[in-house]
Amino acid sequence: MAEQIIFYVLAIVIVVFSILSVTSGRILRAATYLLFVLLATAGLYLLMGYQFLFGVQISVYAGGIMVLYIFSILLTSHAGDKAKKVSWKRLLPAGLAAVAGFALCGHIIFHNVYKVVETVATEPTMKEIGTAMMGTGKNQYLLPFEAISILLLACIIGGIMIARKR
Amino acid sequence: MSTIPLAAYLILTAIMFFAGVYGFLSRRNMLTILMSLELMLNAADINFVVFNKYLYPGQLDGTFFALFAIGVSAAETAIAIAIIINIYRNIKNIYVDEVSKMKY
Repeated sequence: MAEQIIFYVLAIVIVVFSILSVTSGRILRAATYLLFVLLATAGLYLLMGYQFLFGVQISVYAGGIMVLYIFSILLTSHAGDKAKKVSWKRLLPAGLAAVAGFALCGHIIFHNVYKVVETVATEPTMKEIGTAMMGTGKNQYLLPFEAISILLLACIIGGIMIARKR
Repeated sequence: MSTIPLAAYLILTAIMFFAGVYGFLSRRNMLTILMSLELMLNAADINFVVFNKYLYPGQLDGTFFALFAIGVSAAETAIAIAIIINIYRNIKNIYVDEVSKMKY
């Protein structure tokens, strides 16, 4: 029962703030609403029993990426800036695409999800995650781990190359 | 078995994803477009974890997909923000309809 209440509170937070985040006129407020969505997502991970993902979500998204966003918003906009008014001709196709896509997904979810078999959930321990991430055997993920380390290195170098002064 | 149905999670992430789609199509500021993209990626991450929990609870595949997707999206955001700041330096605004030239 408590689990359900927490889930619905988090769900309401996510729905309200994700819609506010894409409709808000002030960009810094939009970033703050996005931060709330990301924190509520971390709450969902914790509710499902994935403590490690909870930590990663908080530290990478809510900690790292949001700081980047807020810094770049402060660098590129002036106090009291409002978003440019977008004409209805542009909003209408966007809204239609979103509603149509949601209707399609909702239809599929509503008519097909009962076909899947739900099984008993077990929470992964930190030891399991560690051995799966650092092993080379079946269902172990050393290669993608190394690939992402190279990606991050390339990202650091690329960030310096793009943003340096010429 | 958990007391929260699988469909509730899926509907929640669908709402989040299509809020992102709406923002991606309707916004004109590059940073807000990037934020909408972040919403969509986040919805996909939640779906990976939910399917891992409900369909393959003994395994960790979905967890690792979400983990690596978070890493990739962090890298992507960093590069995108570097590009946006570079554009701002050159033409002093970051509205997509005013960025029509690639070379200065």
